Order: sequence, then structure tokens, then C-alpha cells
Amino acid sequence: MAQSFRMKPPMGEDNGWWWQQAAEGHLAIQRCGSCGTLRHPPRPMCGDCHSLAWDHVVSSGRGTLDSYTILHHPQFPGFDYPLIIILVQLEEGTRFTSQLVNCSPEDVEFGMPVEMVMHEDPDGFRLPMFQPAQGASA
Amino acid sequence: MSHFLKDKAAIAGIGLTEFSKKSGVSELSLAAQATLAACEDAGLPPSEIDGFVSYTLDSTDEIELARTVGAGDLKLFTKVNYGGGAAVGTILHAVMAVATGVADNVICYRAMNGRSGQRMGQGISGQIVSSDLVHWSWYMPYGMLTPGSWIAMIANKYMHHYGVTAEDLGRVAISQRHYAQSNPRSFFHGKPLTMEDYLASKMIADPLRLYDFCQETDGGCAILVTSAERARDLQQKPAIIRGVVQASTRGQEQMTSYYRDELDSLPEMEMAARLVYAQSGLGPDDINAACLYDAFTSEVIMQLESFGFCGRGEGKDMVRDGALDIDGRLPNNTHGGLLSEAYIHGMNSIAEGARLVRGTSTSQPKGVEHVLVSSGVGVPTGALILARD
Repeated sequence: MAQSFRMKPPMGEDNGWWWQQAAEGHLAIQRCGSCGTLRHPPRPMCGDCHSLAWDHVVSSGRGTLDSYTILHHPQFPGFDYPLIIILVQLEEGTRFTSQLVNCSPEDVEFGMPVEMVMHEDPDGFRLPMFQPAQGASA
Repeated sequence: MSHFLKDKAAIAGIGLTEFSKKSGVSELSLAAQATLAACEDAGLPPSEIDGFVSYTLDSTDEIELARTVGAGDLKLFTKVNYGGGAAVGTILHAVMAVATGVADNVICYRAMNGRSGQRMGQGISGQIVSSDLVHWSWYMPYGMLTPGSWIAMIANKYMHHYGVTAEDLGRVAISQRHYAQSNPRSFFHGKPLTMEDYLASKMIADPLRLYDFCQETDGGCAILVTSAERARDLQQKPAIIRGVVQASTRGQEQMTSYYRDELDSLPEMEMAARLVYAQSGLGPDDINAACLYDAFTSEVIMQLESFGFCGRGEGKDMVRDGALDIDGRLPNNTHGGLLSEAYIHGMNSIAEGARLVRGTSTSQPKGVEHVLVSSGVGVPTGALILARD
């Protein structure tokens, strides 16, 4: 599948590190350096304790499908349609918006266990996608 | 505290351009034509306008419009953030100015070549790093580039949770299309919709079909806000602004608030409801008609719950009972709404709210005392209650 048209994220102080983690194969979740609250999408300050300190954890990549939409139109170059977009409830507790692959549209179900697969475009850009969970642990 | 604004100001004039798919004129021209029409409607010369408020997505700056229509010296010029969520916000800013004496006569406007010019949801990219662009970048690399794709995620969860069907969404589309048959300004005037047509329409972002989506329109709309006292001396019956609020809740994003505790309700609309009812001293039982923001049909059903017209999950039952029709509990979007009249980012629905209070809608229900108008759904938003004087 040709993916050369994928819109690349702008890489700023608040989000560039996350994409660097993805490039290394990890689905990262930001963690407050003071109170330990996980947050996604990343932000420069903890909304709970106001600490500017943070690090991250690497998600297990396991979760359940919280919601989804199947996109048919308009069709943008570089994407395969119907395109299944999902909201994953990760087992760490945060949610993540992604694409479901290796699954036909009729098999998508609310609550289904899913697992992360790192997708790589022909130009080397990597982003986390998900597929139906293969292992029993999910 | 917020009751300070209650009944202080009124909508004294509404102005619309023709709605089309290709205006052939600039957005500045549309804004100027709408502003002039609003002034003529009120019987107030543009030279007396001393304030302009629009949306940050509007390309026409306040001073450009002021020069073009020959406005006087300006004491207020500001823009409310984003698109459809800003509609009622512009009225709030105008009312705050009028109630405090900052300005006397304020035009709120939105003018867009929304079909022939810049269309909504065409993607955002580039090397500029801002918090807004970083926000979109969690979605756009995955191909979520359109408002329909962002809203469908919430609509699907909501429908799944409460057993809302495609036919329920269709009932909203058909009800509003029916109103459009009486409104010659409507894009769909002369084109009624059946359930068969609705169900056969193209699936765009499952569960949303083509006719769940609003229009894309070229057009302008302006609303003239002045003091209630002044409005009584002008030529139209004033639509008294009994309550007007903005609302944005914890965890709010633009369109993609996917990380809040609940995905099957509209926290910002529930907040807007709480505030606007408190400010006006009214409740859902006092509201006789509404213009609930309808970029998508699903949003109308969810808002029936947010504004307390029914309990959680019961919006579909109201729709099945015909509540939105002219003889129903809550005639809604009697102009045809954004679905069937035109998509001027909700400003045309504020105009309809004023018409309903005046008694001049092309589908006028009987005995309208109070009209509720809401702004964009799933975004920082607002709510407005207009009242007969």
C-alpha cells in the first residue's frame, strides 16, 4: 500500500519525543514526574498536580476497542478504504486513536481485544496501529 | 452573578445574503451585504455600528468590514475561537459589551465561501508547530481529516450504547428537510427526503451517511445586538437575550474529545445548559422551540438529553414521537437547519431563533415564548435563550 501522502505531524517540544519513541517501536504514554498520572495526548504540565516534570512508560500495546468509525468518503490518496479508525482503551488506562488493520469491517466489534502493531511507511515513518488480539492474555 | 446579563440586550436586526454553492463574490462582500441587511432590518444606519464580533475561522477582519459598510468609530472588535462553536459566543461578547456600556450597537457576523472557497476539513499540515496543529496531528496521520470522521467516533459509541438506529438519524434529517420545503432560502427547497432516500444515501463515515451531514454553503449572515431599550425603539420586535453563555469543559478538544470519562454524552452542552438555564431563570419546560446545532444529525439527538428535554438515552424516543416537528414538543431547526437550509456555521440558526421569537419563521409554531439556540457540538461551544418581549 502506497503511503507517501501521509500527513506528517509537526514535531514540537510537547510531542516530538513521542514520535521518536514510535520510530523506535514503542507506543509511549507520558507520565507525570511528580504524581505519576498517565496522560495522552502529551502536554507540558500535569493538569492534576501542575508539575512540569515528566517521563514516559511504554505501553504493553494491549487494549480494548472503545469506539470506531469506518471511513468510506472522501478518499484521500495513500489510504486504503474502507478505513477503520478506532479508539483504544489501553490496559494502562489512557485511550489512543489509531487504525485497525488485519480485520475486515464486518468483524469490528465494540469491546474487542486489540493489540498494537507498529506500522512502517515506505519512507520509514512509523506509527502505531492495532489488530485483533492474537494472544490469550488480551 | 451571571444574571447581570439577563434581558439587558436584544437582537434588533438579522441580515442574510443569498445562499449558494458559488457566490462569485468575496467573503468581505458577503459580510458587508449581510451587515447592511441586518442594519436595514433594524432600521439603524451602519454609521451607528460601533462593534464587530466574528469567528477566528472567518477571513474578514473587523476593520475591513467596518470600512466597507461605512461604520463609525469602533469600541469593540474581537473574534471568538474556531468555527461553529463560536456562533453563540459572538452574541455573548456583544451582550457583555452592550450591557457594560463598552459598545452600543454590535454586529456579529460570519461570511464564508464555504463551498467554492476554503472547505471545512481539508487537512492541516506544514512546518509550523502550534498547540492547535499538534492537537490535529494525533488524528491526521491516520487519515482522520474531516469533521465527519471526528464526530462519527462519538456518534457510533452513543448509538451503540443507547440503541439509536439509522432510522432515528434519518428522522432528524427528514424532519428538517420537511421544514426546508417552506423556506425558499433553503438549498433543499423543493427537494423533500424520504426514509428510503435517506437509507440509500452514501455511507460516508459509518454510522454517518450523506444526509446526516450539513451543507457546504457560500453565504453570509449578520446579527445586530443592541440594548433591549434601544431595540424597542427600532422597527422589529426585539428578541430579548434572556441567557447567553459559552462552555468548554475539562479535557475539551476541538471535535476529538475522546479522552474524557464518558464518550456517549456532551459534557460541554450539559455545562452550557446548566449555565444558560441558571442565567435565564428558565428550564427545559419553558422552551417552546429550538435551533440545536446540526452539523450532523446525531448531535441533535444527543443535545435533547444535554439540555434536559429528556433523560440520558431517551433522545431517540423523542425523535420517534415526532418531537422535532412543528406540532411536536420541541419544533427544531424550523428553517431547515445547517442540514437543509445552509451552513453558515450556526449564525443562520441564530437568525432563525430571532424569527421564531418575532413570529416570522416560514414554519412558525404557535405560542413561541422562548427559543433555545446552541452552537457547535463536540467543540468549545455556547447556548442562547431568546425571549419574546
